[in-house]
Amino acid sequence: MNKLELSSLYQLTMARFRLIWREPEAIFWIFIFPILLAVGLGIAFRNRPADVLQVGATTTQLTQALTRDKGLTAATMDEADGTRALATGRILLLAIQRADGVAYKYDDTNPDARTARLLVDGAIQTAAVRREAVRSENELVHETGARYIDFVVPGLLGMNLMGSAMWGLGFAIVEARQKKLLKRLVASPMPRWQYLASFLLSRLAMLIVEVAVFLGFARVAFGVPFRGSLWELGLLCVLTSLAFSALGLLVSSRAKTMEAASGLMNLVMLPMWILSGVFFSATRFPAVIQPLVRALPLTAAIDALRGNMLQGMNLGQLIAQVGILLAWFVVPFAVSLRIFRWR
Amino acid sequence: MTDGTKNAGMGAMTEGGSVAVPATTARTETQADGPTLLLRGVRKAFADVQAVDGLDLEVARGECFGLLGPNGAGKTTTIEICEGLTAPDEGTVEVLGLNWRTGAGELRQRIGIQLQETQFPDKLTVEETLRLFRSFFRRGIAVEESIETAQLEEKRSSRVGGLSGGQKQRLAMACALVGDPELLFLDEPTTGLDPQARRHLWDLVDGLKQAGRTIILTTHYMEEAERLCDRVAIMDHGRVIAQGTPQQLIATVGGEDIVEFAVSGGETGSGHGVVDAAPLTAIAGVQSHRVDEGLHQLSVSELHLAVPRIFAALKEQGLHLSEFRTHSATLEDVFVRLTGRYLRDE
Repeated sequence: MNKLELSSLYQLTMARFRLIWREPEAIFWIFIFPILLAVGLGIAFRNRPADVLQVGATTTQLTQALTRDKGLTAATMDEADGTRALATGRILLLAIQRADGVAYKYDDTNPDARTARLLVDGAIQTAAVRREAVRSENELVHETGARYIDFVVPGLLGMNLMGSAMWGLGFAIVEARQKKLLKRLVASPMPRWQYLASFLLSRLAMLIVEVAVFLGFARVAFGVPFRGSLWELGLLCVLTSLAFSALGLLVSSRAKTMEAASGLMNLVMLPMWILSGVFFSATRFPAVIQPLVRALPLTAAIDALRGNMLQGMNLGQLIAQVGILLAWFVVPFAVSLRIFRWR
Repeated sequence: MTDGTKNAGMGAMTEGGSVAVPATTARTETQADGPTLLLRGVRKAFADVQAVDGLDLEVARGECFGLLGPNGAGKTTTIEICEGLTAPDEGTVEVLGLNWRTGAGELRQRIGIQLQETQFPDKLTVEETLRLFRSFFRRGIAVEESIETAQLEEKRSSRVGGLSGGQKQRLAMACALVGDPELLFLDEPTTGLDPQARRHLWDLVDGLKQAGRTIILTTHYMEEAERLCDRVAIMDHGRVIAQGTPQQLIATVGGEDIVEFAVSGGETGSGHGVVDAAPLTAIAGVQSHRVDEGLHQLSVSELHLAVPRIFAALKEQGLHLSEFRTHSATLEDVFVRLTGRYLRDE
């Protein structure tokens, strides 16, 4: 045996690798799942021609005026039918011919209905006057970096880094505790810090593959932009993964059963799935809870990743997010080292 | 050396505080030839259960020492206190002349441990698992050698998940051996194994004994203790109730053989007959009589002479035998004599 094979840190890290590679489910969740998710979202939010909006009108004149607009399809129906069609969502707006003009019936909290209101009004006014007050033209823009897929890829990356770090660490540790392997390890002369360090080391090595596969796919399949430094992006991924590894360690430092651990995991992760802006901007939450939302590690991670990838920001501009992530690494790690249950 | 420590404390109990002086003076010579393991007045309670209740033990170098007792007797707590995994509430523990408070780092390097029910990761191979454990020790035997000792050569590249119960137990043994330990702890090494796997493991322990290792094992199988141990401490309710070589302990039963019989009542032939014990214990060679749920037990020396007289005595009382058997006295009979219960009952 050579020197490396006699090193316990090397052996512990290699054992972690082997255990991950030999677990097909783990490979699926870490590598395949985020890609499937990106594909699914990419299809759902692909750039389609603008939607044609369904509307209704009570007279055939109105219907004719409306069908002249390419953004609308119109059907003639009486007011009672139209109201029913509105309620069931078959049409977005009903134009009703009244003695003194036209009334629009629609839901003003539905953005599509509001769009329909503008188009319908425009079409009806144009039909009545046959001339526009101010001449206008359309310039259509579909810019890379402003699409939903560009927004959601850094979010998915952050979410995936969170999931793989927390589940990867948490489950392995609780399983080892439950099977009394932890107890057996501390009964040997193994340095305890090396056991925990082996998790971080193997995590970082997996991270390289995981991030490269996912971002490579996003680049090739969707042309997602990388406007910031790739090195800094790598560093942000490492920092994110360390922060969530520490959190996973903390969550699993006392739990004796898988059930207890997965309950805790979900308790910790669920608020972040909702609040941290994976799928929509976190700024949509009320101002009162913004400080809380900003302090979450996933919000910091995703904001930093978006800043780097979409806006080309450097680490100096992302110092607040980096600071939050560092704090989420140091504090949970220190606490879990103190309270860790080895048996 | 084994003879020197024989019969160290046949049921004798010492209070925790009174032994502090000899324990510390013994400190210097234990390094060279003192006891490998020394426990004095050790107590440990979990919540409201007194798991270990004032324990004194001494194990000499090269000895195979067994802790025998029913489940819940405190064997595992005792061995885990010796292994430094559980801190005692009271008392002194010295292992290889060191204690766990100041010498833990060195002790971990010098002892080998097999715990009850450790499950090694299913997806690592036998060889990978042993390499991992070998890397924890500064010095030790080659992984190759531990595989051979545990007779796992054919399973070297198999995953742990695919091993049989006996093979897993031998792997646990090999993991305890890779550091070439001076002292080996085995906690219930054969519990849950089929008879063949158990015998296989016994052969392995025999080999380790012959190589001169000091071994401390717990078991609730009396035949295992008889077969493997130079000395045995019988435990019950956290105390040692008897200690000595298996032969010495069996000798305390009073005879080499045990006769067990049950009778059906006199001429009518129904119900349990009432046995008058006096004529039986009067027979030469019959040492004692006890009865448990209609089953009579006599401990007997010179079985071949005593049995015909027992038949005659029962016939005189007009009793018919419904059951009759004999066996050589075992540690089980020692336990029954001391506690009135069977080991296997618990």
